[in-house]
Amino acid sequence: MISNRFIITVIGSDRVGIVARTTTVMANFNVNIVDISQTIMQGIFTMIMLAEAPQEGFDLAAFQEGMAAEGKSLGVEVKVQHEDAFRYMHRI
Amino acid sequence: MLINPNEILETIRMVRMEHLDIRTVTMGISLRDCAHPDIRIFNENIYKKITSRAKDLVRTTNEIQNLYGIPIINKRISVTPIAIVAESCGAPDFVSVAKTLDEAAKKVGVDFIGGFSALVHKGTTPGDLKLINSIPEALAETEKVCASVNVATTKAGINMDAVGLMGEVIRKTAELTAERDGIGCAKLVVFANAPEDNPFMAGAFHGIGEPECAINVGVSGPGAVNAALRELERPNLTEISEVIKKTAFKITRMGEMIGRVVSERLGVEFGILDLSLAPTPVIGDSVAAILEAMGLERCGAHGTTAALALLNDAVKKGGAMASSRVGGLSGAFIPVSEDAGMIRAVEDGALSLDKLEAMTCVCSVGLDMIAVPGDTSAETIAGIIADEAAIGISNQKTTAVRIIPAPGKKVGDYVEFGGLLGRAPVMPVNPFSSALFVRRGGRIPAPIQSLRN
Repeated sequence: MISNRFIITVIGSDRVGIVARTTTVMANFNVNIVDISQTIMQGIFTMIMLAEAPQEGFDLAAFQEGMAAEGKSLGVEVKVQHEDAFRYMHRI
Repeated sequence: MLINPNEILETIRMVRMEHLDIRTVTMGISLRDCAHPDIRIFNENIYKKITSRAKDLVRTTNEIQNLYGIPIINKRISVTPIAIVAESCGAPDFVSVAKTLDEAAKKVGVDFIGGFSALVHKGTTPGDLKLINSIPEALAETEKVCASVNVATTKAGINMDAVGLMGEVIRKTAELTAERDGIGCAKLVVFANAPEDNPFMAGAFHGIGEPECAINVGVSGPGAVNAALRELERPNLTEISEVIKKTAFKITRMGEMIGRVVSERLGVEFGILDLSLAPTPVIGDSVAAILEAMGLERCGAHGTTAALALLNDAVKKGGAMASSRVGGLSGAFIPVSEDAGMIRAVEDGALSLDKLEAMTCVCSVGLDMIAVPGDTSAETIAGIIADEAAIGISNQKTTAVRIIPAPGKKVGDYVEFGGLLGRAPVMPVNPFSSALFVRRGGRIPAPIQSLRN
């Protein structure tokens, strides 16, 4: 059984409200932040969150859409991907 | 952080900027239980079987693409070679079977269906001949069907009668699709040592040693390898090999995970993972660009075969470490029309058909998506096939020819297929005749390398 943890990446130019507004969408979907970090990659603001979705009644497609829409209004790109996409590539 | 942020960003970069993708999830379906002497009932049987086995393939694959955020470009189906399962049909030709495959593919929403195929390396049966003679019309009248014919193996040698026949079939296929630059030929592969579990088109079929149903995954990523190489500062070739191996490992791991999850969700066996550097027409997503990143001014310069050998070997080593299911073709493809760097190399006069032939000794397949003048004779095409088959059987590797004698076109013109098939400059062939050699027919015996028992 695969986990219910997702990596959320926010990439774009830094501005006020990115964390507040993306985490509001997460709260609305009952998605919990497990870990968070931010960095500048090649001059571009990058925030990475490890998040846990609820076991039941979680609509991934709606969540991805909600996060992408919020990102669009902030002028940043937001992606929600299952954590295994990153674990498998770099770990045996 | 529980996962290293740099690794997360590396994955994101490979997908977003370097065009890493899962090129295809191909479901192999056995049609062996569909045989029937009445071709109408046979067609009903195969339609039912394909549409029920693959009914959830596209939906499930799309769900997994969204779950992981990794693009899965193509969803495809391969079936048991039709010449085998349709052998007992009394019909004079198998064109209706191709049309049925096309309808089934459209019904389930896949991009291509492969397996309009015959295995004739040692000889032909009446069913094989019917299938081969049906190919031109079948490819002209369908959109999604791909055909392949295996004319040689290391164990059997080269069936030169079949090679000669395929020269004619390729010409006729081009003529019947002349209004679209002979696109039928882009869906037709002539093989030596064809693998039974290859997920890539146009050569995919579900071999006779395969299970009832299997998921085979094709991963690509020349762009990611190219980018990784270009980050190195003054590397030597050992270091280059090491970086290719590591990148191939990462790409393969991604494919392994996707293949496993797709198989689990569909309740179908996971067959193989084919790690092939399959270029796309996008700039940088190019095998030629990788060879040039190693230090060649243009792909085709002296040293190109050595560079390609290094690349193909490192890809296999990285892939074999990452998954126990590596199979199919696994290596570097060198299609001309699908690779912007190859096209540029031809345009600049750096890359010829002869150099491409040499490169096929060390790449994963063969002469692929090459346009030649429309007046190229069937015998010359057969000669090209025979040369490739000889390279394949002597080196115990798969080789193939996918060549387009572009109707009405001459050297310097272009054929335009669009999409992943891209565009190709028409390349010159040797003007001297192969006709007498090809028309002799018979079989070129299996090479001494085949006597290994």
